[in-house]
Amino acid sequence: MWRIGTVVALQDETATARTIKLEVPDWPGHVAGQHVDVRLTASDGYSAVRSYSIASAPNPERRVELTVDRLPGGEVSPYLTQEIAVGDHLELRGPIGGWFVWRTQQTEPIQLVAGGSGIVPLMAMIRSRASAGSTAPFRLLYSVREPAVVWYRNELQALSDFDRSVSITYAYTRVAPKDWPRPAGRIDVNLIANTTWPSTRVPTCYVCGPTSFVESAASLLSAAGNSPHKIRTERFGPTGDRK
Amino acid sequence: MGIISRGFSGRRRAEAVKLPPGQYLTTDFPVLSAGPTPHVPLDQWEFKIDEGNDTLRRWDWKSFRDLPAETFTVDLHCVTRWSKLGTTWEGVSLDTIFADVKTDAGYALVHSYGDYTTNLPLEDLLNQQAWIAFRFDDEDLAPEHGGPARLLVPHLYLWKSAKWVRGITLLDEDQPGFWESLGYHNTGDPWREQRYWGD
Repeated sequence: MWRIGTVVALQDETATARTIKLEVPDWPGHVAGQHVDVRLTASDGYSAVRSYSIASAPNPERRVELTVDRLPGGEVSPYLTQEIAVGDHLELRGPIGGWFVWRTQQTEPIQLVAGGSGIVPLMAMIRSRASAGSTAPFRLLYSVREPAVVWYRNELQALSDFDRSVSITYAYTRVAPKDWPRPAGRIDVNLIANTTWPSTRVPTCYVCGPTSFVESAASLLSAAGNSPHKIRTERFGPTGDRK
Repeated sequence: MGIISRGFSGRRRAEAVKLPPGQYLTTDFPVLSAGPTPHVPLDQWEFKIDEGNDTLRRWDWKSFRDLPAETFTVDLHCVTRWSKLGTTWEGVSLDTIFADVKTDAGYALVHSYGDYTTNLPLEDLLNQQAWIAFRFDDEDLAPEHGGPARLLVPHLYLWKSAKWVRGITLLDEDQPGFWESLGYHNTGDPWREQRYWGD
């Protein structure tokens, strides 16, 4: 069943990423981490559908926010990041998915690991924690190419300033800010050991990002002693190693 | 037809390829799985068919690889909407696997290393429709794509093609697997677009 949302606001996150805020009158509610299918239809009936993670926390206002990154050569993301305007309608199906979710009843330590735009469903979890008044201790390890492509930076800063039990570590893969303690590079054993929950705390881990990032981060978490059953993953994009 | 998206024209495919509804063509091979990739050493690998407590057949890697294998070319359709056409694999047909299995069961619950499960009627696994594949594109199957061996049931959405397969439990009554319990369709026929509960 396709629901119709109305675009009520747009917000640029970076040069290529935009948040689309929708009001969906018959929205049944969602859980942080779920996604929606978005359908675009051309005037001759041709349509294209893609999945996007929900960025917003569950809320009583039937509001759904998506943050979409513009992919070069993409069919749907250029429309959503450049063409769509406030007042436009957008067709949604969902919410979808019952595995990569954080529920407000969960009280155990939570380890979030994001690669690039993989931050979106994890941001929904952080927002859900805040809006529900949860005290579950959260850690986020957020890997990005360079400082300019961090999404939600101010909000993440504000949330972690407000509540010390949300801690955030940035890892820069290409360009780090001046005086950054760690040189630019991929997530490695030391970073996992120094910034994520010790496995003795038995955190539930959520890892989201491009496939190669998720493969590597999930393996490192597993090697650090976390049970594979406590590591939930969500991957997108090509493998990069096979065509 | 949906409501018109103002200013959207889309990018139609030039080639006349018939895809299931709602799918788009990719030449890449995306990876989707719910947890870390298990790495199963071949000397610990086994595959078995059971009816609950009764094991009917069991293979280790060597005896499995001694089974007659075949090369086959199939189209893949993932519920996340990509389709990849003309993929070539090497594997053992489930008809070979089940040749000496006598059962009255109508359903199968497929198990994987890493505890993934998926369910399907036994008849969907037979009659040259399903394989346990161990090579892709002339190379040993990579762990992220389900190596050392994965199920392939290409006429259903790809989540039914369990990676890192370790066994099949035969059941008299259908029992939903991992994604089938979490909102995804029990059957998963891409040509009928059975993606989610209620489709």
